[in-house]
Amino acid sequence: MSPRKPRLLALASGGGHWVQLQRLRPAFESFDTAYVSMFDSYAEQVAGSRYYVIPDASRFDLKSFLPVAFKAVAILLKERPRAIVTTGSAPMLAFILLGRLMGARTLWVDSIANSERMSTSGRLARKLAHRVVSQWPEVAAREGVECWGAVV
Amino acid sequence: MIFASVGSMLPFDRFVQAVDEWAAQNPQEEVFIQIGEGAYEPRHAPFVRMMPHQEYRRRLEECTLFVAHVGMGSILQGLEIRKQMLLMPRRAELKEHTTDHQLHTADRFRHTPGLMIVDDVPALHAAMTRLLAEPLAPSEGISPHAQPALIAKVADFLRTGRTIRN
Repeated sequence: MSPRKPRLLALASGGGHWVQLQRLRPAFESFDTAYVSMFDSYAEQVAGSRYYVIPDASRFDLKSFLPVAFKAVAILLKERPRAIVTTGSAPMLAFILLGRLMGARTLWVDSIANSERMSTSGRLARKLAHRVVSQWPEVAAREGVECWGAVV
Repeated sequence: MIFASVGSMLPFDRFVQAVDEWAAQNPQEEVFIQIGEGAYEPRHAPFVRMMPHQEYRRRLEECTLFVAHVGMGSILQGLEIRKQMLLMPRRAELKEHTTDHQLHTADRFRHTPGLMIVDDVPALHAAMTRLLAEPLAPSEGISPHAQPALIAKVADFLRTGRTIRN
């Protein structure tokens, strides 16, 4: 770990969201990156980086965000990231909101699975994150966000 | 060996039961299923609810046919290792997901080499049998990383808060 590099928090739910985040890793090279997801077994994929596990939350159940929010505060206070990037899903909105309040630059990359319309979480992220991008040009145009390309 | 998986998040009982039925009709074939949080437990094939990522990757690499939902995690990992894939989308009307985005993903990836997408259980059964006998031509594979343009723009935004122009 180089103390000179700014810190980045890279977040994704388990499964496809995490696979997409892994495909973005070359973009994190100038940062000291810590990762957040939902399964212990992912730690090996990011060996050498700090890795935190959080519980899942559903956008249909506001109460389920509370444990995530507590965990998010603890991780954010510990990491003090300069920037936060996520490929979703809903629970990561807690990090975007709280991280932004703590001064981090925040980026939401909407999942490539949302090829017709942006995810509900992505639409919420438009109000919370500094920048939201879609991986599909047509969706980006329709939703008023940018498309920077795709994970594949 | 067939490795079937519903992914990591939601139940997909229609899929698990379909694979189990095929396993019952084809006892000579080895089938292993990751069933997630589903209520239906297979009776004709060994299964786990969720396996550690390393074991998942090993089973994916060792199988001759990967059968899954139309999840981007499944598609990307299958393409990365050029494994033939047979995929059936979850449907929101059957409460298999919150939206029909897997039908949209199915439309987008239906013609991608190295994978086959089926719409229902009879087609899944037929394709399982056929792809073991006549495997799909392998895909050309994909880079392990996102498109360079996306990586450059994400890197620049995270560093500077600005977007570079092409």
